[in-house]
Amino acid sequence: MSDDPKDNFRCPLPISDYPSILVAHGGGGKLMHQLLEKMILPTFSSDFSNNLHDSAVFEIAGTRLAITTDSYVVRPIQFPGGDIGTLAINGTINDLAMSGARPLYLSAGLILEEGLPMKTLWQILQSMKQAADIAGVKLITGDTKVVDRGKGDGIYINTSGVGIIEHSLKIEPRSVVAGDAVLVNGDLGRHGIAIMATREGLSLETRIESDCAPLWSSVQSLLSAGIDIHCLRDLTRGGLASALVEIAETANLHIEIEESHLPVREDVRGACEILGLDPVYVANEGRFVIFLPDSQVSRAIEILSRTVSGFTPVRIGSVLNGDRFSVTVKSTLGVARLLDMFSGEQLPRIC
Amino acid sequence: MKYLDEYRNPRLASKMLERIAEKTSRRWTIMEICGGQTHTIIRSGIDRLLPDKITILHGPGCPVCVTPVHIVDKALELASQPNLIFCTFGDMMRVPGSTADLLSVKASGSDIRIVYSPLDAVQIARDNRQKEIVFFAVGFETTAPANGMAVLQAYEENLENFSLLVSQVLVPPAIEAILSAPENRVNGFLAAGHVCTVMGYHEYMPLAEKFRVPIVVTGFEPLDILQGIEMLIAQLEKGTCRVENQYRRAVTEDGNLHAQRVLSELFDVTDRIWRGIGMIPRSGLTLKEKYRRFDAEVRFGLGDGVVSESSECVSGLILQGARNPFDCPAFGIRCTPEKPLGATMVSSEGACAAYYRYRAKTLERTG
Repeated sequence: MSDDPKDNFRCPLPISDYPSILVAHGGGGKLMHQLLEKMILPTFSSDFSNNLHDSAVFEIAGTRLAITTDSYVVRPIQFPGGDIGTLAINGTINDLAMSGARPLYLSAGLILEEGLPMKTLWQILQSMKQAADIAGVKLITGDTKVVDRGKGDGIYINTSGVGIIEHSLKIEPRSVVAGDAVLVNGDLGRHGIAIMATREGLSLETRIESDCAPLWSSVQSLLSAGIDIHCLRDLTRGGLASALVEIAETANLHIEIEESHLPVREDVRGACEILGLDPVYVANEGRFVIFLPDSQVSRAIEILSRTVSGFTPVRIGSVLNGDRFSVTVKSTLGVARLLDMFSGEQLPRIC
Repeated sequence: MKYLDEYRNPRLASKMLERIAEKTSRRWTIMEICGGQTHTIIRSGIDRLLPDKITILHGPGCPVCVTPVHIVDKALELASQPNLIFCTFGDMMRVPGSTADLLSVKASGSDIRIVYSPLDAVQIARDNRQKEIVFFAVGFETTAPANGMAVLQAYEENLENFSLLVSQVLVPPAIEAILSAPENRVNGFLAAGHVCTVMGYHEYMPLAEKFRVPIVVTGFEPLDILQGIEMLIAQLEKGTCRVENQYRRAVTEDGNLHAQRVLSELFDVTDRIWRGIGMIPRSGLTLKEKYRRFDAEVRFGLGDGVVSESSECVSGLILQGARNPFDCPAFGIRCTPEKPLGATMVSSEGACAAYYRYRAKTLERTG
C-alpha cells in the first residue's frame, strides 16, 4: 500500500465506464451531473452542497451575499449576437441574478493562446467592458496567463462574481411548491443554434443571433413589484430540459409542461429539424425559467414584457405533486412523455 | 412552422384516430421500418393513442443500431491511428464497439470530427493533404448517394488521402428477412419515406405480393404516420396487399433517378451483417472495383474479424419486432443510454433509447 494517503482513496465513479474525461462530461447532461454528484461535491461537501443553484448564498454581518464562478470555452469566440467577452460577463451576472442577488463586483481570469490576434483580444475586452457597464457591475480584479499555441481555442475566460441580496425571499429549487406556475422569459434555443450554425458553416435563410443578455434588470423588476419568486434558473448548457429536471429533483416534485406552449422561433425550429436537435436541450444565454405562485402569473408576464423589449414571456407549465420527481411534456396530441437529461451533449443525427 | 405545423395539427390527428378506431375490427400488428418514424411515434405518443387492437412494432430502421460491432471496432482502430482524421455523423460517437466507443478514443487524443455531410469530410481532406481522412459511411439508401458523391469528388480531384469506411445497408432485403422469419407476426409495413424518396417504391411491390402484406410508404410527421396507419388498416381490413404511397409530396414510384445512377456507378450490392440480426443476403453496398482505393478497409488492410455481442442484449429481437424494449430484463437497469449494452439504446432513433427517453413503465395516457 502506498504511503501517500491520496493513493489510497477509491474513485467513486465507475471508471470502467469512462476512464478519462470526455467532452460529454461538460455538456450539462447526465455525465456532468454524475461527475459533480459522485466526485466533486462529496469531496468539498459543505452546507451549500445540498442546494445546488447558480450561485451560493451566504451571510456576513447580517447581510446576505451571493458568490458564483463560471468558465467560458466557447468556439467560435465571436458569433452572431455576441462574443466570449459578452458571454463571460452576462453569464456570471445571470448566475447571481438567479439567486435574486444584485450583481456588484466581478473578477476575470484570461487564458490566452499564443498567436491570438491583439485586435481580437481588444474587441473581446471592449465587449466585456460594455456588458459590465450596461449591467452596472464593476470588474475589479483579474489574472492573465498565456498558453502555447494549440493548447486553447484562442481565449478562455473565467469570471467570478459577488452580489448582494436585498430582499427576504429564498430563491432556490427547494422553495418550489406544488401549484407553482412555470414561466420562461422568451424564445428558446437561439444561442446554441447561433453557435452551431457558425461553427458548422450552415447557410440558413435567416441569421440567427445569440440571445445573450443580462437578466438582473428583469429579476429586479419582478422583485420590486412584490412578485413572490420561488425559484429562477437560467437555461444555459443542457437547455430548458436539464434545468427543469434538476429543479424537479431537488424539490422532489412533478413539473408538467405543454409542448405547444414552448416558444421556439421558426428559424430556430427549422435549424433544429435540420440538425436533428430538440430545442429544449439547446443552450440559451438570455433565457430563464421562473417558478412563482399561480395567482401572480399575469402580473409577472406584464412586468417582464414591459422590462425588456424583444422578449415574450410565456407560461409553459405547472408544478404538481408526485410520488417521485419527474418532468413530463404533454405532446400536441395530448400524451405525456418523460423529459430527461441527455447523457452528454446532443449529437446531430444521421438522417 | 410553415410546411410542418400542418402535419402536427392535434384536431386532424384526433379525427384520424377516430377513423382508425372505427375501421379496426381485428387485432393487427404493424411495423414501422424507420428510426425517424419510431422517434415520432414514441415522442408524440401515437402508439398509446391507437386502439388496443393495433400493435406497433419498431423495425431495424436505425442505421446506428444495425451497424455491426466489428465495423465499429474497425472505426475505433482507424480513429486511433496517428496522422488520420476520422469523420463521422454525431450519432456514431457513443455506439459501443467491443471494447470502447469513439467518444473514449477521442478523449485519448485521436482526431475525430463530427460532420454534417460526407462532403465536409472531402473538404477536410482538401485542407489536410498530409493526413489521411476517413469518413464513416453509415446508413441506408438515404445517405448512400451523398457518400457516393463524396467519393466521386475525391476521384475527380484525384484526392489521394480520402476514403470511406462503408457500412451501407438496404431496406427491402431487411423487410424480406423479417417476413421470412418463422416467428414473424407483422401484418403490414410502414415503409420509410426518405428511403423511397431516393429509391422509389417499385422494389416493394414483389415483397407485398410474395408475402401478402400491404406496405404504405409513409412520412415522418405525426399526421403522416397516422395517415399511413389508416391506409394500412384499411387494406388489412379489406384483405388487400398493395403498395400505397402516403408520402406523395416527396416520393414517386421511380424515386430520384440521379441519386440511383450515383449508387449504381459507385456501389455493388453485397451480403451484410446487421447488428443484432446477423447476415442478410444482398442487403449492403460496397464500393466497386474502380473506386476500391477509396475503401478504408482495403486501403488500411483491416481484417475480417467478427465480434460476438453482449449475450444479455436482445436488441436483435427488438429490431425484428419479436420483443418490446420493456420485455428486456436489462432495460433501464443494466442497459441505459449512459452505458448501453446494445445499439438500440444508443441512437436517438433506437427503439430502446426512445422508450427510455420518452416513456417510463408507470407513465400512463393522460388524455
